[in-house]
Amino acid sequence: MLENLQQSLSKVLDRFRGPGRLSEEHIQAALRDVRRALLEADVHFQVAKDFTRRVGERLLGQERLAGVSGVQQATAAFQTELAALMASDQPALPKNPRHPMVLLLAGLQGVGKTTAAAKLGLWLTRRRNKRVLLAACDLQRPAAVEQLRQLGERLGLDVHAEMPGPGVDPPGVAARALAQARNGRYDVLVVDTAGRLHVDQELMEEIEQVGRAIRPDASYLVLDGMAGQVAVDAGKAFAERLDLYGVILTKMDGDARGGAALSVREVTGVPVRFLGVGEKPEDLEEFDAERLAGRILDLGDLVGLVEKAQEAVDEQAALDDYVRMMSGRLTMEDLLQQFRMLKKMGSMKKILGMMPGMGKMSGLLDSVDDRQFARIEAIVLSMTPKERLHPELLDGSRRLRVARGSGTSVGEVKRLLRSFQDMQKQMKSLGKMMRGGRSKKRLLRQLGQRGGIPNLPGGFPGL
Amino acid sequence: MVLSRLRRGLARTRNRIAHTLRRLGGDTSAEDTLEALEELLYTADVGPLAAELLAEAEGALNRGRLAGPGELRGWLQERLAGLVAGPNDPAAPLALDGGPPAVLLVVGVNGSGKTTSVAKLTRWLQEQGRRPLVAAADTFRAAAVEQLTIWCERLGVELVRGAAGADPAAVVHDACAAARARGADVLVVDTAGRLHTQKNLMAELAKVARVAGRQVPGAPHETLLVLDATTGQNAVRQARMFGEIVPIDGVLLAKLDGSAKGGAVLAIGRELGTPVKFVGLGEGVEDLEVFDPAAFAAALLDPGGE
Repeated sequence: MLENLQQSLSKVLDRFRGPGRLSEEHIQAALRDVRRALLEADVHFQVAKDFTRRVGERLLGQERLAGVSGVQQATAAFQTELAALMASDQPALPKNPRHPMVLLLAGLQGVGKTTAAAKLGLWLTRRRNKRVLLAACDLQRPAAVEQLRQLGERLGLDVHAEMPGPGVDPPGVAARALAQARNGRYDVLVVDTAGRLHVDQELMEEIEQVGRAIRPDASYLVLDGMAGQVAVDAGKAFAERLDLYGVILTKMDGDARGGAALSVREVTGVPVRFLGVGEKPEDLEEFDAERLAGRILDLGDLVGLVEKAQEAVDEQAALDDYVRMMSGRLTMEDLLQQFRMLKKMGSMKKILGMMPGMGKMSGLLDSVDDRQFARIEAIVLSMTPKERLHPELLDGSRRLRVARGSGTSVGEVKRLLRSFQDMQKQMKSLGKMMRGGRSKKRLLRQLGQRGGIPNLPGGFPGL
Repeated sequence: MVLSRLRRGLARTRNRIAHTLRRLGGDTSAEDTLEALEELLYTADVGPLAAELLAEAEGALNRGRLAGPGELRGWLQERLAGLVAGPNDPAAPLALDGGPPAVLLVVGVNGSGKTTSVAKLTRWLQEQGRRPLVAAADTFRAAAVEQLTIWCERLGVELVRGAAGADPAAVVHDACAAARARGADVLVVDTAGRLHTQKNLMAELAKVARVAGRQVPGAPHETLLVLDATTGQNAVRQARMFGEIVPIDGVLLAKLDGSAKGGAVLAIGRELGTPVKFVGLGEGVEDLEVFDPAAFAAALLDPGGE
């Protein structure tokens, strides 16, 4: 995500490397590149223009600070302005909602409204422990009701759906859904509405009628993250008509350029609250302007990394494993657990992408193949429990059996065993180095700094 | 009343450009003209190409190939029209002589408007005197098949469908046989939307094309990429990456209207040479037109407003 913008901005920032690089002339030249980089990333024309002017003012008005490099100073200016472009002092969900809380989703066709409704429902269930009811009020698109019903079924979310027919209109469905939410003691009602190809009178009236029927605590506009200039303008039309609380930006996985993320608050006055970052239903993130600004400037997303790690790791278990592994007793079971934990955190690529400085190495990211991990997992799973604890038992005939059982080759099994031996050695020497009087507490603190993950053994990026 | 307020909101930016452009031909400076054109190009999602075009325009002006700033817009319009090709033969935009059945594969990212476009194409084929049959190979999106079923019932066209989660290639396999058995001469295949970065789904698409080729020699005979006209510069990547999986014969530019200009197809045209064959204009099943580069370029430089 955002790789293009990341790369071009990092090129611009490189211009400030070296002494005396914050001269007016340099700044002006760099600003021209910034403006172009933003426009190429689909940032709204006016936003790109204003942003560039503001960064310029900040840089030009700044005293050259002692002990701070030009790059650092410029980076700081960029980060401040980027974050300011997207920031909001309100949380993702409205404060002081009624019970049940009512959330309304609106947007044009094909932006991913229905999927966003389901993702939001799942997010509320998992992250906020809410009982969620989804309401299918898109009676316009053929089979939209059916789509939400099926999504709900798949995710274990309750859906209020009515067969489209005479006498069934969106405000009516919404009102009955709200009644069901009240009677069924749900905490949140998420209402999916119809999209249209264009912003038109009919669409707005329908959403307003639905709004009058249920009086939402917050209305969200769903926007396509790959959208170009006009889509954000359309967002403005929604904002002028509806009382919008926030924007949900979808399809931010893939290689969205981020233009919409950077432009939408400036253009519509409505801040982004959530990002859809993957094809899986759980791939919805709370939006954080500082974090995204950091990610764009390739400062990494350590906060996101730590969050992901915390979700995946049982701290005590991790600590126990860590202590044991450091004494050199690494087993194949440990390896397996490491992989599973990584899997829980999401794809390797996504994890690596959050690390600082990785933007310049996006080529490397492309070569990371999650399937490789699946193969290793298969190999380990094809070993007997005893073999997993004592890999040295694996002789020729056992290796052949494991290769067959896992659908891999003897060569691959051998390679895994060899790198496993290397890891064991490394862990042992690392353990020796670290032993000198370290208390469990200190180890724990260290773990925390690492985002809760024990150091992954050789051959793996040091998470 | 409220509608006009809405329209005003949308048109505000455009009016400013329109205002500048209307002054052109008077004594507007080259600088002002270029600035207005720059905004027009970028807001139409022309992207990085805009910088190049403007530099070229400025060069032409300075070397005296243009008499004055007033000629810039006309020059640019011509240049834009030359960047993206339409179908070779506007009377027969699709090469569907193969088969029977000739196979028309429709691909694109999620939400680009594929299923609606399939319905429009099917109706267009009916008007051309063809006998289409539709294959619902989008077995992934919840309820996609239901959506297509409703369309096909309205059009009176037969639909071959698989169960939800079925292998889309198997659906295509069955659909080829069904088309033969029922005397259909074109098979229109709707595929699941996929982001071009999802490797497994792209591999699945390759399989769909392969299976079609095994059933009917030369299939798919036409592959259309449906592109949302509101998409930004990501469009080029979409076209390139889909093209690596299945050769794209043309683009169907969906959701084009007064505000969405679809300027991203210019970069596709220039970088990949892919022609645009159709434009989808509205929500009705009849809202499909054969692409015309000159009209497209004119619309792109039309600042709109009043």
